[in-house]
Amino acid sequence: MPELVSLQDNSDGMKLMATGNWTLENAADLSQTLNQLEQQVAKDGAGPLVANIAAIENMDTSGAWLLVRLRRRLLARNIELLLEGMTHDREVLLDEVFDSAPALDADSAPTPRWRPMEFLGRNVSNVGYDMSAKTNMLGRAVWGLLAVLVSPKRLRAISIVHHLDQAGLRAVPIIALMSFVIGAIIAQQSAYQLRYFGAEVFTVDLVGILVLRELGVLLTAIMVAGRSGSAFTAEIGSMKMREEIDALRVIGMSTTDVLVLPRVLALVIAVPLLTVIADIFALLGGGVVAWVYADIPPIEFITRLREAVWLSTLLVGFIKAPFMALVIAIIGCSEGFAVKGSAESLGRRTTASVVKAIFMVIVMDGLFAMFFAAIGY
Amino acid sequence: MAREKISFPSVKRGDVILRARGITVGFGDTLILEDLDIDLKAGEVLGVVGASGTGKSVLLRSIVGLLPRRSGVVTVYGMDYDSAEHAVQEAVDQRWGVLFQNGALFSALTVKQNVQVPMREHLKLPQDLMDELARIKIEMVGLPPDAVDKFPSELSGGMIKRASLARALALDPDIVFLDEPTSGLDPISAAEFDELLKKLCDTLALSAFMVTHDLDSLYAACDRIAVIGNKKVMVEGGLPDMLAFDDPWVQDYFKGKRARRLNESRES
Repeated sequence: MPELVSLQDNSDGMKLMATGNWTLENAADLSQTLNQLEQQVAKDGAGPLVANIAAIENMDTSGAWLLVRLRRRLLARNIELLLEGMTHDREVLLDEVFDSAPALDADSAPTPRWRPMEFLGRNVSNVGYDMSAKTNMLGRAVWGLLAVLVSPKRLRAISIVHHLDQAGLRAVPIIALMSFVIGAIIAQQSAYQLRYFGAEVFTVDLVGILVLRELGVLLTAIMVAGRSGSAFTAEIGSMKMREEIDALRVIGMSTTDVLVLPRVLALVIAVPLLTVIADIFALLGGGVVAWVYADIPPIEFITRLREAVWLSTLLVGFIKAPFMALVIAIIGCSEGFAVKGSAESLGRRTTASVVKAIFMVIVMDGLFAMFFAAIGY
Repeated sequence: MAREKISFPSVKRGDVILRARGITVGFGDTLILEDLDIDLKAGEVLGVVGASGTGKSVLLRSIVGLLPRRSGVVTVYGMDYDSAEHAVQEAVDQRWGVLFQNGALFSALTVKQNVQVPMREHLKLPQDLMDELARIKIEMVGLPPDAVDKFPSELSGGMIKRASLARALALDPDIVFLDEPTSGLDPISAAEFDELLKKLCDTLALSAFMVTHDLDSLYAACDRIAVIGNKKVMVEGGLPDMLAFDDPWVQDYFKGKRARRLNESRES
């Protein structure tokens, strides 16, 4: 590569000769060379430095800036940089860059460093904000529901049906399949373990109680949180980004009525129904494996199931379903409203929505288990 | 990876830097542009006007390669862009910048980072030099210094346009394509933008291909005007050519009420 800049020691002092392309593709090298040169000049000290720029072929903003920067830095060392061989175009460009340079003296935002205490504090306060946001959303949903009870006209029936279709009907195949497989796996494992005790027939009890009390509703809720909770956040979040939420507000439509309530109601209706389907298919899967793997014929499976499972077993599962639906919908909607302007924030909120919803569903399941144990149901 | 340096013939002011011939673009059965010819000369601001839906933005997007053409050739620096090697196309892409209608800033990055995206991708520059260059670009387009670390969602419409222009100028391109840069700006900001564009064209020897609706911009910033209609360039030239051209839309546009008011205010 040709030398872009060189120092000449003339009789009348030092002279800087610039040649070639002072453009962006050479900027990195040029910057380095000029830094060295600056050191050298500073060491030699005395007198103004003359720079001849007549031989520069092309100069863009980066080249102009490097020249201006050299001048600024030398000036800080009390050395003046005089330019020689100026053309009109160059002068205009250099002036423009020179005028823009003061912006560099403005304070930049401090580069964020990792501070453990700040990190901890921020996260704790975020948990607080988060809880208040979720409570707020729950309050809005309940208030909206009360308002609907007073004037049923405010209920968006079409919207509810749409979400029932999206979150309920379309989830049936995957939930049925998943439950079938889970039921089969539990039956196989319990048959295998119980065989040691010659108690294979208790497979039916185990599958029946486990599925109806816990797994049917829990897995349904987890699947719904992944499918619909994330969808709620993404839908509301992208509406927020594109100012559609603001548009709804100024038109005088309540975002609770239009966006939150239909989703909450649809999920509260859909999840119990999906739980029924999950229960049926899990028992079916368990029954098939019991028959094939453990030689328990269907008739015996059903008879045994009727002895093992009471109505209360079934109800314990169903009672939990609407509450889990409520948690998923509330978290999904409130995370959606928390989306800020950037695409990244949409992604982060959607992730948070799913993670929080699944976590809360499991926590709630635990609370319900403690509650039912305490009342002996 | 060492990039092979591809040098382009240096273009003198007034030479044709970009030549489009026989551009035909259509969607489905409808042809938007048919056999359209247009030239951009080095150092000039070319204003492209036309009624809504005549395919101005389509032309722009087709030239920069975002929309496929049915036929037609785009020649940049005397080279056929489409049949050039990939490396050459990439090199050409670095010689032009695009300002999209809605800014198209990356929402997850600050203004400074947005401006640095092309530098980071195509060049190996030290971070402090990139910071300085980004700040100068941002200052040049007239953004306040504190906008540097803001995110696009925190900017006003005019600031987004300016930030987007700063990004388009990041690599000191020879050509900028501007899609309605002044739409949605108040008249004062729009006038500032025109002045800025003119100044940049003078200082950086920039050529600009500007799609616009703004009569003020045409008067203030454009060296040449091309009117698009009937899938072609109807007329091309300076303002007097426009005024003399016999077409109802062109007459209406340049001699209509809005234009007359503008002329009166200019003369008074």
